Amino acid sequence: MSVQNKINQQFPTAQIEEKPDRLIISINAESLREFALMLYNEKDFRFDFMRSLTGMDWGEAGFGVVYHLESTDNKHQLELKAIIPDREKPFIDTVSDLWKTALLNEREVYDYFGIVFIGHPDMRRLYLRKEWEGFPLRKDYVRAEGLDMSNEEPDDTTVTWYRDEKGIPQARRYNLFEKEEYVVNIGPQHPATHGVLRFRVSLEGEFLKKLDVYCGYIHRGVEKLCEGMTYQQTIGLTDRLDYLSSLQNRHALCMCVEKAMGLELSERIQYIRTIMDELQRINSHLLFFATFCMDLGALTSFFYGFRDREKVLDILEETTGGRLTMHYNVIGGVEDDIHPNFVKRVKELLAYLPAALEEYRKVFTENVIAKNRLIGVGHLSRENAISFGTTGPTGRGSGWACDVRKRIPYGVYDKVDFKEVIRGECDSYARYLVRMDEIKESMRIIETLIDNIPEGNFREKTKAVIRVPEGSYYTAVEASRGEFGVYLESNGEKLPYRLKFRSTGLPLVACVDTISRGEKIADLIAIGGSLDYVVPDIDR
Amino acid sequence: MFDFSKVTSGIHTWLSEYLSQGLAIFIECVAVGVAILALYAIIAIIMIYMERKVCAAFQCRIGPVRVGPFGVFQLIADVIKMLIKEIVIISHSDKFLYNLAPYIVIIGSVLAFACLPLSQGLEILDFNIGVFFFLAVSSIGVIGILLAGWSSNNKFSLIGAMRSGAQMISYELSIGLSVLTIIALTGTMQFSEIVAMQSSGWLLFKGHIPAVIAFVVYLIAANAECNRGPFDLPEAESELTAGFHTEYSGMHFGLFYVAEFVNLFIVSAFAATVFLGGWMPFHISGLDGFNRVMDYIPGALWFFGKSFFLVWVLMWIKWTFPRLRVDQILQMEWKYLVPIGLVNLTIMALCVVFGWHF
Repeated sequence: MSVQNKINQQFPTAQIEEKPDRLIISINAESLREFALMLYNEKDFRFDFMRSLTGMDWGEAGFGVVYHLESTDNKHQLELKAIIPDREKPFIDTVSDLWKTALLNEREVYDYFGIVFIGHPDMRRLYLRKEWEGFPLRKDYVRAEGLDMSNEEPDDTTVTWYRDEKGIPQARRYNLFEKEEYVVNIGPQHPATHGVLRFRVSLEGEFLKKLDVYCGYIHRGVEKLCEGMTYQQTIGLTDRLDYLSSLQNRHALCMCVEKAMGLELSERIQYIRTIMDELQRINSHLLFFATFCMDLGALTSFFYGFRDREKVLDILEETTGGRLTMHYNVIGGVEDDIHPNFVKRVKELLAYLPAALEEYRKVFTENVIAKNRLIGVGHLSRENAISFGTTGPTGRGSGWACDVRKRIPYGVYDKVDFKEVIRGECDSYARYLVRMDEIKESMRIIETLIDNIPEGNFREKTKAVIRVPEGSYYTAVEASRGEFGVYLESNGEKLPYRLKFRSTGLPLVACVDTISRGEKIADLIAIGGSLDYVVPDIDR
Repeated sequence: MFDFSKVTSGIHTWLSEYLSQGLAIFIECVAVGVAILALYAIIAIIMIYMERKVCAAFQCRIGPVRVGPFGVFQLIADVIKMLIKEIVIISHSDKFLYNLAPYIVIIGSVLAFACLPLSQGLEILDFNIGVFFFLAVSSIGVIGILLAGWSSNNKFSLIGAMRSGAQMISYELSIGLSVLTIIALTGTMQFSEIVAMQSSGWLLFKGHIPAVIAFVVYLIAANAECNRGPFDLPEAESELTAGFHTEYSGMHFGLFYVAEFVNLFIVSAFAATVFLGGWMPFHISGLDGFNRVMDYIPGALWFFGKSFFLVWVLMWIKWTFPRLRVDQILQMEWKYLVPIGLVNLTIMALCVVFGWHF
């Protein structure tokens, strides 16, 4: 039975809109729970992967939550809009028990919109401090005067909401950590968190009992900022999310706007963007190798990784002018044509890298200590990977074919032959090996494309003021560490009505608690390194 | 070969001519003490410079080059910086133990250092249970580390100190067993006699298979004893920021730092003395001409050459391997090194009883 028939049959009130790539279904928040259970459990189309969860403020129509769902088996795409008409008391049921990625995402929505998820075990703010007044992404939000510069009091209590017998939502407070627990802060300033991320870790000797993630130390409110910018201005913010996927992030946003406008791009642009994305992936994975080795105490390998990454950066710098936040993709193409040396230097890099990778294999991959530290550590099962939405090399290390380049090809990925690296061991070592093998696959892609870059425009003409037709759009690319999605809701104005970025890092951080319980502190560092999150991408 | 005892006894007779016996010995003791501390500091500086250059070479870098030729004055600048830095006294710490800890570590280290015979006749502490004394004082350091971790009132420090305690006490066993293997061969615990025995060939060769096994076990255990990579768990910077000395600053931190580097030298020098002949030149019994040529090279040069070679080997290991995990470290000690050490001791005992050694 098709998805549509099934829904029509069971939920006649649901509004269904059919788009070429997905179904858009609007329902009332009251029937969300039932609807979600049906989508999750129905055998014919098991929607087990939640790509994105977005909070919305539709003004008069009330608040809403938009769920992007995919079924990993038969690739159905679905966009579910749950509308909460009551603006005064916005309540909605949680789906975090079905899709665990909602655990942090629902907290984010609560943080931005004040929508309370009933049944969510931990309804705290995610990014903003708990004294923050109001919910900033509401359209009627007025910022309080002045800044609160006082110190935040540590507080280990949280709140969860439930319905009493009459069906009225009630709050219940409880403690996250008991007084007698030995709780250690890993972060926010800690060498192994790769940025300002904070874990509160409860220890039993060397063993980890429980872990609680604190985000928001580098939160800049990018999504809020975007609502006050023109489309050309918003692309400048995307490089600063995951700074090791800056080209790919920008690619996603540009592609989303271009698709919405119906802009056709020349072959040359597609080729350049694809090559650049792959160079960026090599760059990111080399940095992963370096920092991962450093986390495990192999400092020499750290320098090897950085030495070779430098060569990639030099090539990128020559063409884009940047080394970290590269302003290259623009709406309608790329900023400038590739540098005359580009092709030659990329070929030199391709000739150089295999020897470097062989060196990594000798010094680290095959090292007996490294193997002992990694094999079997941080087991993330395939079910959990899908449920948490840990896309990218982390998901593929758990045997889940989640590569956007294969699932929904973009650029010229459908024209090149490359292998999606998948391993079934589900541990830190598998995640590490996937990344090492992906470097080789990226090299293969570049090798195929580099000689065949067709002539053409490097930038299509666009109007000075871009207006996107009314509607909602979701586009994703395979960034260095997973699916980076852009959800755009436009009302036809020159400013986006709502722009949401699907973070690649948030699901990775969400799963740390599950996979590191019962392991040792040293394993937590190895697990964190193998997940390879980038903090500005989590906090946005 | 130049016998240094001529110089020391000469000074003693000269002093005794002018001063009473007690005063002369007192002055000599002070002079020797100052000399040890000076040598200790010099070796610390050399070690830190060497570490920087060696690790730079392994990591495709060049290390310090700006201050002075080849950056040799960088260390002087660092020492001055360390000396004038403020010692931050943290609140909620046990002040007395907190201040005491670095001195315990450094005292243990200096005492162990004083046991080493630097050249012929240049022994400072030399008595019949020298090896025993060396092992005893070198394990005082762990008390300092435990105190540092406990008194800082910091969770990272405490975890680091507990790891350190578990690790050092365990590996003490392997060190003891491998040294015992050699004592079984020499039959003496006095350093000067152990070295003198090696005039006909180093113990590593004399004791052949069991001695080589003991040497390897000793190097691994000694590396762990110094808290150096791949056994640097107590201060695993990616896990515990700096481990037991997280809360220390200025010269208090400097003392830990110096002790760590000199300890590396001390364990290497001990290995050089016990297994590789100490200051004794490379002798092959029977080849008198060759042996005489070797004797022209001064003993101190042999001693420091061998020691720094072993230091270099340990640095090589440190800058190649990733860090072990705490359970793996203990597993390695209790499941592998201790049984190997025990079996090895038995083999050596058999060798000695039946005279199967050279």
